[in-house]
Order: sequence, then structure tokens, then C-alpha cells
Amino acid sequence: MRGEQAREQAGRKALMATLAHAEADEIARLWNALGLPSEAELLRGPETGLVTVRGRIGGGGAPFNVGEATVTRATVRLPSGQVGHSYALGRDKNKARLAAIADALWQDPAHREAVETKLAAPLRAALDAARETKRVETAATKVDFFTMVRGED
Amino acid sequence: MYVAVKGGEAAIANAHRLLADRRRGDRAVPALRLDQIVEQLALGVDRVMSEGSLYDRELAALAVVQARGDMIEAIFLVRAYRTTLPRFGYTNPVDTGAMQVERRISATYKDLPGGQVLGPTFDYTHRLLDPELAAGADVETPAQRPVEAEAMPRVSTILAHEGLIEADGEMPLDHVPGDITREPLQFPMARDIRLQALSRGDEGFLLALGYSTQRGYARNHPFVGEIRIGEVELELDVPELPFAVPLGSIRITECQMVNQFKGSAKVPPQFTRGYGLVFGQSERKAMAMALCDRALRAGELGEDVVAAAQDEEFVISHSDNVQATGFVEHLKLPHYVDFQAELDLVRRMRAEYEARENEDRPEEKREAAE
Repeated sequence: MRGEQAREQAGRKALMATLAHAEADEIARLWNALGLPSEAELLRGPETGLVTVRGRIGGGGAPFNVGEATVTRATVRLPSGQVGHSYALGRDKNKARLAAIADALWQDPAHREAVETKLAAPLRAALDAARETKRVETAATKVDFFTMVRGED
Repeated sequence: MYVAVKGGEAAIANAHRLLADRRRGDRAVPALRLDQIVEQLALGVDRVMSEGSLYDRELAALAVVQARGDMIEAIFLVRAYRTTLPRFGYTNPVDTGAMQVERRISATYKDLPGGQVLGPTFDYTHRLLDPELAAGADVETPAQRPVEAEAMPRVSTILAHEGLIEADGEMPLDHVPGDITREPLQFPMARDIRLQALSRGDEGFLLALGYSTQRGYARNHPFVGEIRIGEVELELDVPELPFAVPLGSIRITECQMVNQFKGSAKVPPQFTRGYGLVFGQSERKAMAMALCDRALRAGELGEDVVAAAQDEEFVISHSDNVQATGFVEHLKLPHYVDFQAELDLVRRMRAEYEARENEDRPEEKREAAE
């Protein structure tokens, strides 16, 4: 039972991560083709605020405050009762609203499959492709050292 | 008696209108869009985010264009904006070891897991102006090298095994990280607070201080253990969710400076470290920060404090360019009454001086005659 709950939470968190990384335009574009309800009662926000970003001294030591970042969040309730939350860097209020609705829909067994396959999967594919492109472009700048042999012996 | 003087409203309004016009410049030239600044002046945007202490590319780009490219003015605008927003909390500390690396170099180890990855660097360019760029030439797409993904642990964790290098900076377990945006600066300060101040400090100021340590003022034999630039994930603990909520990722630059240390009464001989972590791609700033961090640890490591870069109150009190520009630039505001008072004073002193001179003169003549 506990394992199932952990899997559930991991799935929900993965969706939230995908939505947080995705471009607002991409989410809106896919949403239009989704055929899922986009009406929900706004319980909070969308509102923009700050989070203070923390690092660690030396990379792995005690935490310290580095600086702030803008974050926009929203909380919605579906007519069916599910409450959804969203948080993402930046100031896009429509993205925050749609992401919160997506989180709420994901919690509804009737909609989870659609949210996963029609929204999360294409967003994830685009993000993965962009990440992979960046990775192989970066890898092309890796230095291959070779040793110069000098002299006869 | 205090006499208030009013005036200048029309002049000020017209000056701001003129500023808006001059900022826009020749209307025949297309206006800059924010996405152009974000994409093509990215390192300027990064500097504004770092010293404005607010990670938001579009806002930083707006600040740059509104400030006509004046970086400190843009930083000022960003600092002012962030005071208008509510706070949602403190993120979990970022894990730079899990960074999606865009550049990673070490000057201490040639062969290290993950290798030396140059990324988009100015290093090894010839610093020749490029007329083709001026002519708007097309740019090649980057080369690609499809290889297996490889872990890139921080150099400091690799080195730690030998025990010849000090550990990452620890604080007492019950220590709550200080926040200079919430509490006024107090000296002496803990290293975590110093690092927050340095991370938003003026790049030029920190660069000059870092340079001074290399030239012999608080000499500390630095090596770049590692510089890494790339994106790290942010997560925030919130009460409404049973897990840390992912916020997306930000680009940061981290510098691990490694310094030879002959040991002291408190610490055996080993390598000590200075740390730099800044928003965006800015290795000059991260390196300067790491040099200053190390220099400022003089007291902790039992070194003599002999140079400006080791003087915590001097460095931290003057590293913030918004504060610095505020105090320097306030001098141009009307000081008519102060100056009148000083003018009166100098007139009086001058009259007394001349009166004394006249009294002394007969004596001088007598001496000359003798």
C-alpha cells in the first residue's frame, strides 16, 4: 500500500516537473487539442512571488542563500472536487492556471490517462529532445588529450 | 528658520520625457524586443540577474533596455522590483553535482570523470573583432558528438578521498542560514551570509579584490579546482503537497578554488578552498567570488589580516553596487543649504587666517632685517 502511494506521488511530481519546465505556449497549444475541461474554480492565484534559491558552501556543505527567483503558482478545484496545484519559475499566469488544472485532472482516474498521454508525454518528449541536443552539442567540446612522443627512446 | 524651496516639476517631467525619447533613439531603427536581448545579450542579462539578485531573464532584459544598457541602473531596477513581490519560501539547496553541464573545466586535473568540457567559451578566441558579424552573416549550427551520458562528480568530492583538501564548508547543525534581505549586516558575519553578499556583489569590485590577492595582497596560491556552468533543478517544500514541488531549472556558474595552505596553529598543512556560486553564465564573477571567499576566511584559518581583500567589513560593506551608486550619486542632488553653511564657514576661517597673517607680517619683516 505504501509503495503504491509512493508511486502515485512520484507520478504526480513527475507531471509537475514536466509542466514547470515546459513552455507556456506549448502547454496552451496541446491543451486546445486535448479535449479536457479547462474550467475550474480558482482557489488561489494565479499569483507571482519570490523564492530564495539556496546553494551549499563548497557544493555540498551548509546551505546559504544565493538570490531570488520569480515563481508563479495557482490552486484550482474541479467541479468533480479534485484540488490541483502548480508552481513554476517565471511569471506566466495562464501557464500556472493550466498546470494546476492538469494536476487536478491527473488525480481524477477518469482523466489521468489522457493527461499522461496527450499532455505530459509530448511535453516530455520535446524537453528530452532539447536536453539531448544540448548534451551532444556540449559533448562535442570535450577535450581529447593525446601525448606527444618526443625523442628516440 | 527653515525655508523650503519648491520647483523643478516641469523640468523633471520634461527631462523624463526627453530620456524616454533618447532611450528609444532614432525611430527609423527598429525597437529592440526583449527576446532579442535575452537571446543575444545573454551574458549582460545574466549579470543583471546575478547582481540584481533576481533570476528572471525577461525582467532583466526589460531592465537592460529601460536603463539604456547601463548595467548598474538595470540592477537597481531589478532590486526595486523584487521588493514588490511576496515570498513563497526558500528552495531546497541546489545540487550542483547533478547539474546538466554546459561547461566544465579543471585546471588541477587533466583526466577526471566527465572530462574537460569547454562549452560556449571566449577562451582560446583571438579577440579579433568580427566584421562578418557586423554584416549579419549566418552562423553555423553547433557540432554534435553522440556519446554515452557520463556522470560528472564535483572535483572536490574526487579530491576529498586523499584527505589533503578540506571538506565542504560546514556550519553547526542548528545554524539557520542568514539572509541579508531580511536582517541588517552585522560584523563579524558567518561564511554563509558572506557568500550571499558576494554572490550579489559587484563583478568589477570583486574582480579587482580577487586580482589584488593574486598580486600579493593576501596571497593565497589559488588553482581553479573546477568551474562548471549549467542548469540545476529547483525544488520547494510547500505545506499543501507531500513532496518537494519542482519549479523548473536555472543556469548557474560554480567555481571551486583550491588554495595551497602551509597550515597554522589551528589547521594542519592542506589545500583550503574558496567557493563561488552565481546566477547565469559568469565564470569571471564566480572566480572572483571564490578568491574573495578564501581571502575572507583569514581569521578562521589563523592567517594575519594584512590586506583589503581579507577585511570582511571593508569588502562586504562596499561590494553592493546599488548601495554604492546610491551614496555616490546622491552627491549630485541639491545640497544648496549645506553648501551655503560651509561657504559661510570657509569665509569666516579665511578672514581669521588673513587677520593672523597681517598680525604676523611685521615680525617677519623684522626677522628679515636681522
